[in-house]
Amino acid sequence: MAKNKDNDNSSTISIIKKYPMEQRYTLPILQDIQNEYGFIPRDAMVLISDYLLLPISNVYSMATFYKALSLKPKGKYTIKICDGTACHIRGSQSIKEEIEKMLNIQSGETTEDGLFSIETVNCLGACALAPVMMINGKYYGSLTKEKVKVIINKFKEGEIDE
Amino acid sequence: MSNFHNESRKILVCCGTGCLANGSYQVYEKFKKILHNNPNITIEPSIKTTGCNGLCEKGPVVKILPDQISYFKVSVDDVDQIVDETIVQGKIIDRLLYFDTNSKKRIRDHNDASFYKHQHKIALRNTGEIDPLHIEDYLERDGYKALKKVLFEMTPKDVISEIEKSNLRGRGGAGFPTGIKWRTCSNFDDFPKYVVCNGDEGDPGAFMDRSILEGDPNTIIEGMIICGYAIKSNKGFLYIRDEYELARKNMQVAIDNARKFGFLGQNILGSSFDFDLEIIRGGGAFVCGESSALMASIEGHVGEPRAKYIRSVERGLWNKPTVLNNVETWANIPPIIINGSEWFKSIGSEGNSGTKVFSLVGKVKNTGLVEIPMGTKLNELIFQIGGGLIKDRPFKAVQTGGPSGGCIPKEHLDIALDFESLNSIGSMMGSGGVIVMDDTTCMVELARYYMEFLAGESCGKCTTCREGINTMLQILKNITAGKGQLDDIDLLLQLGETIKEGSLCALGKTAPNPVLTTIKYFKDEYIDHIVNKKCSAGVCKNLTTYYIESDLCIGCGICSKKCPVDAISGILKEPHLINQDICIKCGDCFIACPSGAIKIGGANYEY
Repeated sequence: MAKNKDNDNSSTISIIKKYPMEQRYTLPILQDIQNEYGFIPRDAMVLISDYLLLPISNVYSMATFYKALSLKPKGKYTIKICDGTACHIRGSQSIKEEIEKMLNIQSGETTEDGLFSIETVNCLGACALAPVMMINGKYYGSLTKEKVKVIINKFKEGEIDE
Repeated sequence: MSNFHNESRKILVCCGTGCLANGSYQVYEKFKKILHNNPNITIEPSIKTTGCNGLCEKGPVVKILPDQISYFKVSVDDVDQIVDETIVQGKIIDRLLYFDTNSKKRIRDHNDASFYKHQHKIALRNTGEIDPLHIEDYLERDGYKALKKVLFEMTPKDVISEIEKSNLRGRGGAGFPTGIKWRTCSNFDDFPKYVVCNGDEGDPGAFMDRSILEGDPNTIIEGMIICGYAIKSNKGFLYIRDEYELARKNMQVAIDNARKFGFLGQNILGSSFDFDLEIIRGGGAFVCGESSALMASIEGHVGEPRAKYIRSVERGLWNKPTVLNNVETWANIPPIIINGSEWFKSIGSEGNSGTKVFSLVGKVKNTGLVEIPMGTKLNELIFQIGGGLIKDRPFKAVQTGGPSGGCIPKEHLDIALDFESLNSIGSMMGSGGVIVMDDTTCMVELARYYMEFLAGESCGKCTTCREGINTMLQILKNITAGKGQLDDIDLLLQLGETIKEGSLCALGKTAPNPVLTTIKYFKDEYIDHIVNKKCSAGVCKNLTTYYIESDLCIGCGICSKKCPVDAISGILKEPHLINQDICIKCGDCFIACPSGAIKIGGANYEY
């Protein structure tokens, strides 16, 4: 995930141009932008609205409605802690508290060094392995407080890098 | 196994999401590497990755065919032994076999295990048996045979009557008859029409759709093409949840392969029928599992549901006639066409034909996906297939139907799992999540949990849903914090009725169910929280104290070692004591105590 160094918006434009000029491509364009920058920059919303001939309020409402999109930059590693029912009754709350304590941020926030974001999500669909979390697309299951410590420390020390 | 060396065998490594998380891909790679270099192997086995086997908790799962040997919890370090002993010598490695918790025996063929024995696989018939990335595997198991039958032996009307006669009902939750949906849509002469697959599986605790999407994508494609032919549509969309990356990847490969083989695209198999599919990646909003919100999302709007005075079979996607079905429903279409509606009707119960896939999770021994005939009893699912509760703790309740469903208490354990029976006790089928709970689950906190979930997922269009759920949440937060009042229970019931009445879509209409059913069946627990300031499950921290019953304490010291804040003191072999000023009520000691000496008291417990 690169930071927004795209001063002339050239990568944003090249993402947008991949899609035909139809409203139904608003969501996929926004998802690609989110992937590229880790968030939806204001400039990108303006460019999308110009390209698809939509009011910018429309694009903004999409960007704020869908959970996959974010107006604030996300960390290099996004930790998605599952709080689906199966995980909830198997103690996901204490897993969340442990991670929040370790990184000194609350769920929904990003660490100052931009390394970690924590998100609480509703179900990752791996309920048999509850409690579960996902870091940058990879699943970690049957978590305990001890296991979480080891995993997060590995990321902190740069032993896992993907 | 006398001619062991002369048989060609298959090694199937489960690479569903659950097994992947436990390192199954590394197991697969190790097999590939060492099988190729082993001089003792005369006929090299073919090694394949498959979709989910259902018993995710015991993964990675490795199956060896045709010997029908299933190994569970296989690690990279076990691979050498499997090759040396099982593949080369035909010897079975006992420690890797499935341990059946009911019969207390190790079992060679997983199909004999109580978890699998009672299952009847239709929708999951290929999942775990084939490599989803190879269309040839699907073809070997009668894949696209139904499509050929439809295109060359049946008229669109025949197809619709067959589905109608089969009595197949939508597996997404509401149970609307699929055949009637198709027929209504086919009656409108307004083109183009669309076919949509709802793969926005969002109910917490349910993951059957992901498993089918990942493990057998071709069956969904085939089902959708058949519908396209029946209602005269040439275009379909698969809306797949944002979080399901592997499902989208496998589906894309399957679509590309199907095009190559002439099953998708123009002039399918020379029949002059055209049909194509496109994958839409979901945006991560629970409400998009609702059909009209899902269609709004495909069109490029925010996913808000609309009023359904006119149904989507008449005006759906871009206001054109649209058939939307759930993943599991699509997976049932090809077998019904091949085997006929009578066959399908012979499975399940009256009015509830066929099977349903349940995801059995929570505090149950065998967690995973289970496909059983409709009408199977709930206790059979939990105790025979699921093996009962973890550590044999007391059963308290089971939650079905996700956030729209309800909690079912012990007295209804003999209920039949079908649409009507579940509705009759205030719960619902939903997508098939079955979450088992023991005495350490607090029902009031669970109701709070669901309200928090739904408050976050309400799209905000209807006032009753937006404001009502939030108000219920606040009341439940107060009760779980020890600030509840007896009037709160009536207020919750009133709010629940209002939300049901005043909300547009199923999310709002069913939102109060978790609260209403927990009040109906577990009112004592609410009163315990409000009047006695006690949470007997030990979940609501403000209403919990842990104390040691000195008569029962054997002084082993395990609790004091487990305690993260050193709140427990005592001399070895003598009763220990918890310092209430330091205790953070994490419950680690309660779980760890071998003699059951640690007890849960309420907020006002006197020592």
